[in-house]
Amino acid sequence: MHSQIAIEARGLSKNFGDLRAVSELDLDVPRGQIYGFLGPNGSGKSTTIRMLCGLLTPTSGTADVLGTKIPGNAKLLKPKIGYMTQKFSLFGDMSVQENLQFIAEIYSYPKKDRKPRIDELLGKYDLEPQRKQMAGTMSGGQKQRLALACAVLHHPELLLLDEPTSAVDPQSRRDFWANLFRLAQTGTTILVSTHYMDEAERCHRLAILDNGVKVADGTPRELQAATGMHILEVIADDPYAAQAAIAERAEIASVTQLGVRLRILIPERYANPIEIVNNALASKNVSGNTQMATPSLEDVFVAVTMKPEDRSK
Amino acid sequence: MKSLSRLGAIIKKEVLQLSRDRLTFGMVFGLPIIQILLFGYAINTDVRHLKTAIANQAGTHLSQQFESELRASQVVHIVETADTPEELEGLLRRGKISLGILIPSDFDRRVADDNRAAVQILVDGSDPTILGVANQLRNMPIRFDSAPVQAHKQELIEIRPYYNPERRTPVNIVPGLMGVILMMTMMLFTAVAIVRERERGNLELLINTPVSSAELMIGKVTPYIAIGLFQLAIILGVGQLLFDVPIRGSVVDLYIAGSAFIAANLALGLLISTATHTQFQAMQLTVFILMPSILLSGFMFPFDGMPEVAQYIGEVLPTTHFIRLSRGIMLREAPIGELGPDLFYLIGFTVVTMTVAAMRFSKRLD
Ligand SMILES: Nc1ncnc2c1ncn2[C@@H]1O[C@H](COP(=O)(O)OP(=O)(O)OP(=O)(O)O)[C@@H](O)[C@H]1O
Ligand SMILES: [Mg+2]
Repeated sequence: MHSQIAIEARGLSKNFGDLRAVSELDLDVPRGQIYGFLGPNGSGKSTTIRMLCGLLTPTSGTADVLGTKIPGNAKLLKPKIGYMTQKFSLFGDMSVQENLQFIAEIYSYPKKDRKPRIDELLGKYDLEPQRKQMAGTMSGGQKQRLALACAVLHHPELLLLDEPTSAVDPQSRRDFWANLFRLAQTGTTILVSTHYMDEAERCHRLAILDNGVKVADGTPRELQAATGMHILEVIADDPYAAQAAIAERAEIASVTQLGVRLRILIPERYANPIEIVNNALASKNVSGNTQMATPSLEDVFVAVTMKPEDRSK
Repeated sequence: MKSLSRLGAIIKKEVLQLSRDRLTFGMVFGLPIIQILLFGYAINTDVRHLKTAIANQAGTHLSQQFESELRASQVVHIVETADTPEELEGLLRRGKISLGILIPSDFDRRVADDNRAAVQILVDGSDPTILGVANQLRNMPIRFDSAPVQAHKQELIEIRPYYNPERRTPVNIVPGLMGVILMMTMMLFTAVAIVRERERGNLELLINTPVSSAELMIGKVTPYIAIGLFQLAIILGVGQLLFDVPIRGSVVDLYIAGSAFIAANLALGLLISTATHTQFQAMQLTVFILMPSILLSGFMFPFDGMPEVAQYIGEVLPTTHFIRLSRGIMLREAPIGELGPDLFYLIGFTVVTMTVAAMRFSKRLD
């Protein structure tokens, strides 16, 4: 009875005055999946999420979110979605339990089930010790867990999470993602925006946004297979000199230093990338060991968000 | 049903947050008390020990008795004696005294005559409060044990305001003060209500829940209605206890008028809150409305004496209508039924403002 698509957006755009924050975005998010939004600051992730939950009216384009048309009557949508804002938006002068209680009441959660549900969430999200603590005094990670607990309290079909793990340590991030997988398992669709590659890699599918434009989308695997770039790694004694030598070459799309290693992207239409790099090194008398590497999501990200002139070198 | 539960949730949350916000909570009680004490004592100290000169041209036993009654009242402090009204005028002009009391030579006869004032008070009318005091003196019960006709005497004292023909009494000020205090606190509380949540980011969460604009608005102001009524009780209590402000009419009527007025101000505060983006802007806009409410509502200056344009502005302000109601009920013992237009204005104002506020507050960010 449910369509297999949770979100279907076509040509979604948003202008703020002269600024085009989101441009002609097409999006297909299957139900029960974790869908990632990867993009640098200001790429339009938050704006897109806000349009999808009816907070912002699109300048043009439409979306179908859980069967509700956007722009349209977002009221029908509210009970079905859970939204975790980028900025902590719960009440700092209320305790963890009071916040959960308020959310339960505002969503008209059945009265007799409220207490067990809140207890369950406190346990699941490891907030039992903070039960009576004022939300405003909690650590960043604790706040984020509370925000997630509040977003899922009413069993939403769709969760929109805007950078839920900024300000969270790696271990807590892993735990946080374990929670997301558990939710996805039970059929919740999750749209999550992030800056982190390791998080993007865990998504079932993801879209990469840059300057309001979707520059790539697909499963992490598909994206890695379709960078259009040779990926090479150089281990050099003097990585700084090596980087300078390589960056000079016209064929090179990007060089990034990662400790003693250099990560190099060369457009696929050049047939002999190793030779190009070695020649560059030799011409400056820099020694180094060049190898082909398999593309990571970071490479994908670098490849798709680079300036067009670098891409088409 | 669901709507009621959501409304309840918002009210509960507001009360909870208010009880945690010590400063605001303190303001709820402190502000009306401090304001009425400030205003009340400012009025009250003027009432006592006004510098006075007396010219007793009669010198009879009756006039001397009147003089000592005056002294005993402590309202006046007789610093000089004079012989002629011209001398009194001179003292008044030089600012040596605020009041000059002239007991004419035919004092005894005047007391017996119902149609003539027996005493003349020369007042420095440039300070309206002093003029008010002089007016109060007129009501002073003055006993004359040897004057049999005194009981019929209506106007024993004739007031002649010198530099300001306008007459006011402190009793007139307190019902007005009630309006001003309620307006200030109610508007200040709600003007920041929505903006604060916008600034703190709570709003983005709230508008993504099923709560409707109307539920949010009504839920936010409801706790303050109770607070406003409580403040009304404080002001009335303090006013009566310390300053003997009469409530001649019905307290129930006063509370009906008060409720309508509180609701009107809360609605206005909410409208401000939806029209601004920061708490600072909300404060500025509140002050912008506060000023005319104090100046043009009839609180400071008699309404009928104001220029026509000022009167038009005054008519729009809820405070004007409440001051009419409160003065009517407290001082003139008017039943609220006779003050219908003002009451209906307040109710209408609330409904319209609240609707506009709820409409302005779209559940969107753009
Ligand atoms: N209300 C607004 N008015 C004007 N410009 C806005 C508004 N909201 C966002 N923008 C602009 O739109 C662009 C996209 O912003 P958005 O918040 O969607 O980015 P983002 O991808 O979420 O970035 P970040 O990772 O920093 O959160 C930015 O350039 C931002 O300055
Ligand atoms: Mg963002």
